[in-house]
Amino acid sequence: MTVFFGVFLLTLLLIVAIAMVRTDNLFVAVMLGGIFSLLMATIFFLLDAPDVALTEAAVGAGVSTVLYLAALALTAEREKIHTVHQIKALVVVTTTALLVIFATFDNVQFGDPTAPVHVHVGPWYLENTQRYMDIPNVVTAILGSFRGYDTLGELFVVFTAGIGVLFLLGARPKKDTEAAETLIPQQSETSEGLRNYLIPRLTGRLLVPIILLFGLYVQFHGEYSPGGGFQAGAIIATGIILYALLEGEAAALRVVPQWMLMALMAGGALLYGMVGIVGMLLGGQFLDYSVLADNPVVGQQVGILLIELGVGMTVSGVLLSIFHAFAARDKY
Amino acid sequence: MSLLLDVFSWVLLSLGGVFVFIGGLGAVRMPDLYTRMHAASLTDTIGSILIIVGVMLQAGASLATLKLLMILIFLLLTSPTATNALASAALISGTLPKKATPYGKDAS
Repeated sequence: MTVFFGVFLLTLLLIVAIAMVRTDNLFVAVMLGGIFSLLMATIFFLLDAPDVALTEAAVGAGVSTVLYLAALALTAEREKIHTVHQIKALVVVTTTALLVIFATFDNVQFGDPTAPVHVHVGPWYLENTQRYMDIPNVVTAILGSFRGYDTLGELFVVFTAGIGVLFLLGARPKKDTEAAETLIPQQSETSEGLRNYLIPRLTGRLLVPIILLFGLYVQFHGEYSPGGGFQAGAIIATGIILYALLEGEAAALRVVPQWMLMALMAGGALLYGMVGIVGMLLGGQFLDYSVLADNPVVGQQVGILLIELGVGMTVSGVLLSIFHAFAARDKY
Repeated sequence: MSLLLDVFSWVLLSLGGVFVFIGGLGAVRMPDLYTRMHAASLTDTIGSILIIVGVMLQAGASLATLKLLMILIFLLLTSPTATNALASAALISGTLPKKATPYGKDAS
């Protein structure tokens, strides 16, 4: 049954991908991208990876689509058609595709229990998570503790990406900053949001607190159910972006001002690193949480909770900063 | 009792599936944006109610049922709102409904 659904979903995925390449309307392409991510999330869920599915649904289908739309608002709807270099591009794409297809022959069989990934460290994690951490979600245990270095690296990738986008987009023309300094409210069409549309606004206002609450649930329940910092950060960012779309960007900046976003971005990464340093000061290794409490198991749980909080803070701060950077730009 | 619940739940699930299918058919076959949205949104609402209630009967009295209820409320709030927003956005951007023409005659 899993194979049947998998083949069905992969076929849909192929159709969406081809449609996305063939359309020259960028708006349609963005929408198809959202559908693509949702299909990917379903496939991940089918393959028993709910944590990845949740991330894909929140980031891929949710936040990315909004960010693409915000970027699209600054440019034209139609793609410019280039006709040069098509032969070269075709050769490169065909060669790469053939190489990838050739590589799939070496792939392990679907669900093969003797595949290297299932016999290397995987079983050790499954057997020892209970002993060292006593939390049911092994994914969180691996991500937060066993592979803490990797997640720290991932977090810094997100942090660096946020800084990069802010460097590129955050600089405003001088005229704007002066206007902001003299506190002249800039009233443009985009800053109004959906204020004049009663039904979306009313429903949206009902939903924003529930989305934020769900984000906190995903954040702090990540040790027991699918979820954790990355997913929660994206969900919380989605809730505030929804508020910005309904009430206008200025209203959202009043709720979560720019300095708070910066503090979230830097503070999350800092918190993660500090947990590691504090572990060193207490006599353990960098990112070894066992020394954080008297009982090593409790120490591990505290450490995972803290670093997940750091991840959530940075992810939501970066996503919101990128959204505001796009939304604050005038159309050229 | 359990058999009765199973049968009832499968009836609901199949009915929901039929409604969603009809909605998809309508979205492909209807002549313009507004009638397509009409077909898709109404059947989608009743379809999601039937399917989620069907799954709730399968789950029994448990936390999963409560979560499904939350999902149902979420869908009942968001799906009609999305339809409303889409329709008003289409109207504002200048998409007009296609006028009905007498049978056998062209719109022009």
